[in-house]
Amino acid sequence: MSKNLRFKSSKLVDETYRISFKFNNKTYFGYKGDTLASALLANDVHLVGRSFKYHRPRGIMTAGSEEPNAIIQLHDNTSRTEPNVRATEIEIYEGLVASSQNCWPSVNFDIGGINNILSPILPAGFYYKTFMWPKSFWEKYEYFIRKSAGLGKSPKEADPDIYEHKYIHCDVLIIGAGISGIMAAKMSAKNGLKTLLVDEKSFLGGSSIYDNSEFSKINNQITSSWLEKEINEISKLENLEIKTRTSVAAFHGYNFLLARENLTDHLPMNQRENKIRHRLLKIRAKKVISATGAIERPLIFDNNDRPGVLLSSAMKKYIDLYGVACGENNILFTNNDTAYETAMSMVQRGIKVNAIIDNREEIDSKLSYEIEKNNIRIFKGYTVVDTYGYKRISGLSIMELSKDGQKVIGKKIKLSCDSLGVSGGWTPAVHLFTQSGGKLKFRDDDQVFIPNKYPSDQLSIGSCNGDLSLEEITTNTILSVKKFLNINNTDYKTFEIITGINKSKRNIWLLPSDKILGKTKSFVDYQNDATAKDIKLALREGFRSIEHVKRYTTTGMGTDQGKLGNMHALGIISETAGTKMGEHGTTTFRPPYTPLTFGTIVGRNVGKFFDIVRRTPIHDWHVTNNAKFENVGQWKRAWYYPKVNENMNQAVQRESKAARDSAGILDASTLGKIDIQGTDASEFLNRVYTNAWSKLAIGKCRYGLMLNEDGMVYDDGVTTRLDENHYIMTTTTGGAANVLEKLEDYLQTEWPELDVYLSSVTDHYATISVCGPHSKKIVSKVIPDLDFSDEKFPHMSFKNTKIGQIKCRVMRISFTGEQSYEINIQSNYGKSVWKKCMEAGKDFNITPYGTETMHLLRAEKGFIIVGQDTDATMTPIDLQMDWIVSKKKYDFIGKRSLYRSDTIKDDRKQLVGLLTENPEEVLEEGAQIVADIKKSPIEMLGHVTSSYYSPNLNKSIALGVVKGGKKMLGQKLIIPMENKNINVTVADPVFLDKKGERLNAKL
Amino acid sequence: MFLINCPFCGEREQSEFKAGGEAHIERPKQPTELSDDEWAEFLFMRKNIKGVQFERWNHAHGCRKWFNIARDTSNDQIKAVYKMGEKPTVK
Ligand SMILES: [Zn+2]
Repeated sequence: MSKNLRFKSSKLVDETYRISFKFNNKTYFGYKGDTLASALLANDVHLVGRSFKYHRPRGIMTAGSEEPNAIIQLHDNTSRTEPNVRATEIEIYEGLVASSQNCWPSVNFDIGGINNILSPILPAGFYYKTFMWPKSFWEKYEYFIRKSAGLGKSPKEADPDIYEHKYIHCDVLIIGAGISGIMAAKMSAKNGLKTLLVDEKSFLGGSSIYDNSEFSKINNQITSSWLEKEINEISKLENLEIKTRTSVAAFHGYNFLLARENLTDHLPMNQRENKIRHRLLKIRAKKVISATGAIERPLIFDNNDRPGVLLSSAMKKYIDLYGVACGENNILFTNNDTAYETAMSMVQRGIKVNAIIDNREEIDSKLSYEIEKNNIRIFKGYTVVDTYGYKRISGLSIMELSKDGQKVIGKKIKLSCDSLGVSGGWTPAVHLFTQSGGKLKFRDDDQVFIPNKYPSDQLSIGSCNGDLSLEEITTNTILSVKKFLNINNTDYKTFEIITGINKSKRNIWLLPSDKILGKTKSFVDYQNDATAKDIKLALREGFRSIEHVKRYTTTGMGTDQGKLGNMHALGIISETAGTKMGEHGTTTFRPPYTPLTFGTIVGRNVGKFFDIVRRTPIHDWHVTNNAKFENVGQWKRAWYYPKVNENMNQAVQRESKAARDSAGILDASTLGKIDIQGTDASEFLNRVYTNAWSKLAIGKCRYGLMLNEDGMVYDDGVTTRLDENHYIMTTTTGGAANVLEKLEDYLQTEWPELDVYLSSVTDHYATISVCGPHSKKIVSKVIPDLDFSDEKFPHMSFKNTKIGQIKCRVMRISFTGEQSYEINIQSNYGKSVWKKCMEAGKDFNITPYGTETMHLLRAEKGFIIVGQDTDATMTPIDLQMDWIVSKKKYDFIGKRSLYRSDTIKDDRKQLVGLLTENPEEVLEEGAQIVADIKKSPIEMLGHVTSSYYSPNLNKSIALGVVKGGKKMLGQKLIIPMENKNINVTVADPVFLDKKGERLNAKL
Repeated sequence: MFLINCPFCGEREQSEFKAGGEAHIERPKQPTELSDDEWAEFLFMRKNIKGVQFERWNHAHGCRKWFNIARDTSNDQIKAVYKMGEKPTVK
C-alpha cells in the first residue's frame, strides 16, 4: 500500500502544497488540486466501497459526477457528516476525513459479502417475491434488509452551515465549459448578450483541456494550448459571468433552471467560518445552451466491476490532469478509438501498457499505428471474458469474437494486469435536455440518443448533441450558435483540425462469454448491482417497458441514476426482445442531476424563517402573562394562561368558570376581517350567505353561514352593517384568506355587474372580546361616553365610538353565550386598550382566557367550529342549522345542492350532542361512535368532534357527527376505546342556556 | 415553472399565481330550474385532456385578478392569455 503512483508536472495539481487527509482511519497525503479519488489512486488505493446488494468490493470507476462506486461518507462529526458524496468530485483539503459506506465491519472484511456467494438465490425481484409472504413476517425481514442495505448515514444534529438561494436572470445560460461551451460563451458575450457560463468542475475546459498530445491540434496548436488561450480571453469579457463548481441540478420548463454553486467544500475547515457553503441559483434564462459533454460507456462482460477497472477516459484524466497512474501494469479494453488516446498518455509518461483488447477486427487510425510502433500488443477482434482478483483486479482472460459478435471462439488467453481501462464509446449527456421536456432520437451509426426536438428556446452543442469528434464540435458549434443567437460575426473563421482517432466502433451491448449467462456477473448498474442476467430475467417474466424493467431490476435507480449503464440496459432489452432501440422508450432522468443537500434546497428557510409567524398586537402581553400558545394557521394564539402549578386542564376549568360567573377577556384579533363596500353590497351578501341580508338595519350585526357550491359549510362569522353600502365581515381565523379569494372569484367571474369592493383588514384592527355578567360594567368604565344600556345597545348591534381620541367600533356579539362586547380598534392601540380593560375589570375578577376555553364555552352552547365539527361533507341541515337557511331567497351559493338526492338522505352524518353515562368521563375527540358492538365488522356511525368537561354544568359534554343522528335523541350509543366501551346518550347539542337568557343577564 | 403573462401586470413567475381549474364553466343563472343531473354536470364534471386546455388562473400575489389561459397540457406551452369574459384566440 505504500506505492506512489504520482509523477511530476501535471496540469491541475500543485506539488508544493501538500495536504493530509484520512480515509477509513488511515492518513494519506495528496496535493492541492486533487480530488479524493485522485489522491487515493496516487496512494494505490482502489478499494473504496462495497456494492449495494452483493457487497462486492468496488473501486473508483470514473473521474466525474457519473461515479457509481466511489461514494463515501464525508466528515466524521455528527452535525456535518454527509453520505453519498462522490470521491471523484470532492476536492481534498487539510483535515478531510472520509470513510467507505455500505460495509460492516470494514471495507476489507465485509460480512454482507456473503450475499455475493448467495447471489444465485438473489436475482432481480428477489426481495419483492420472497419477503412479501407471509405478510406478518415483513417486520422481521425489514430489520435485516435495512441494516444490510443502507447507503451511508445521515447527520443526527442540526446542520451548522449556511446556505442561500439567489435568483439570476440572463440572456444566455451556457451549461458546461468544455470546448464547445467556451466557444459559445465567447460568441454570446462578444455580441452583447448577458451570458452566464457554469461548470460543475473547479476548472474550465472540460476534457479538451488535457488533450495535450501531438495527435490533437487546432490551427496548428496543441488542443489544450489553443483552449487555454480561449479561456484566458473570455475571462476578461464584460458580459460574461463564469461560475465553476456549479452544477445544474434541474432544467424545468420555460428555461427555469436550478444550479448548485459550491463555495466552501474545497476549503480547509478553518477557512469556512461564516461563509455560505452552497448557493442554490434559480436561473431564468432567455436562451439556454447545453454543452454538457458526453459520458464514456463501460463494457458489459463477466466480473467487470472489480476494483482497478476504470473508464479509459478516467484513466487518461488521472494521468494528464492529476499526474496519477491507476496502475503499473495496465490493460485497455475498447470497442472504439478512445482507448488509444489513453494509451498514448501512458506511453508519453512511461506508464506500462500491457495490451489493448479491441472488439474491432480492423483498426485504422494514426494513434493505433503509433501505439503499435511502441511494441504494445493489440488483440484485434477479441473480448474480455473474465477478470481475476478479489479486492483488486490481478488479471483477465480474453477470447476471440465470432464474426457476428454473438459468440466467443478459439482459445482462452490469460493476461495479467493491476488496472483495466474500458471504453464502450460515448453517450451524449442529454439528462438536462430530457428533464426540460426534450425528445430524443436514436442514431443508428454509433448507437446514441441525441436531442431531436427542443421544448423551449434552447440548443445543445458539442458532444451532448452527438458531435463526438473535435472537427464536428468546432464546426457545428459555430454554425448552430450563430443561428441560435442570431449573430453574424464571430472571431472564429475556419478550423484546421488534426486528430489521431476515427469514429469507427463495434457496438456489442452484452459481450459474449464462454460461460452461460446464468453463471456470469456482468454488471450493468454498478451502484444497484443489477446485472445483464437480471435484465434478461425481467424480460422473461414479461416486463417490456424500460420503466418497468428499471423498477423490477432497480437498474438506474441509484444516486447516480445509472449514468453509465442505462444505455446498455436499453440495448440488452432491445436485443433480447428483438426490437429497435428507442422502441421501449428511454428512462426518464429526473432532477436533480446529481444529489443536492437538504441545506441547499432549504436555503435560509430554517429555524425562525421556516414559516411566517403572525402575532396579534397584544401578543407581548400574553407572553408576559405566561400564556401558552397554539398555532392556528400562521397565527400564534394564546391557548390558556396557567397560573403557578396549574396544568392545562385546571387553567381551562378556571378560565371557563370565570367567563360565566364574572368576566372573561379574549384576544380575537386573528379573526379574518373583510371590508365590503359598494351599492350592491347587500345583494352580494344575499348571494354568498345562506340567510337574508337586505333587511339588516344599519348598526346591526348578523351571523352568517357560507357554503360551497356543493352545499357544504365553508365558513361562518358575524357581519355588521356599518352603513347603507358598507359592511364588515368576519371570518374564521384559518379561513380568512380563502374566503376573500372565493368572494373575489365570484365578483370577478360570475357577478362582474355587481358594484362591490372587497378589502382585507384583518391586520388593521385589534379585536378584544369582553364577556360575562360583569362585561357591561367593564366596557362602560373603558368607554364612559357610550350608552351601554340594553335599550340603546342591544345584543347583535354595533356602535361607532372613541376611546380617548381614537375611533373604534364596538359590537355586541357573543360566541360564548354570555353577554359580550367586542372592541375593534386600530392595531397599534390594541395592547393599551387591552390593558385598560384589564384595569377596569380588576374588581370584577376579569380573567384572560385562551382558545381552549373559548372552544369549551362555545361547545356548552352547541356553537360549531367550522373545520372541527365540520369537514367538507356537512350541510347546514346536517348541522341542525336549518334556521339559518333562507327558504325565500331564490338563490345563494350552494342552495341548489341542498336538495340533491344525496344531500336530502336521512342517514347522513348529522351533528348531535353526546352525554356520557358517567358524567366524569371525558370522550376523546376523534373517537368512533357505534351502535352495535357485536356486529362484525362493527358499523361506524360517526365520530366525536368536540369534547370537554364543563365546569359550568359539572359534567362531560361532547359534540359528534352520527349517521341519522337527528332522529336518535335519547338513544344510547357506544364509544369503543382500546380498553373499554363508553356508553353515551344522544342529546341536544345545546347544553347550556337553551333560551339564551344569559345574553342579557344582569348581576 | 411557467412564465405567465398576466393581462394586467405582464410576465411574472408562476409562483405568483394560483390555478383555478377549467375555464368557461358559467354558473347557471337559474340553478333551481335544473335537474340533479344538470346541476351535477356544472358542479362536478371537468375535462382532463391532453392538448390545449382552457384554464382559470389568479394573480394571487400580484393584482389578484382572475383571467384565462389556453395551455397545451402535453408541453405546458401557453398559447393564449385573455381576460375574463373574453373569447380565447386559439382553438
Ligand atoms: Zn397581475
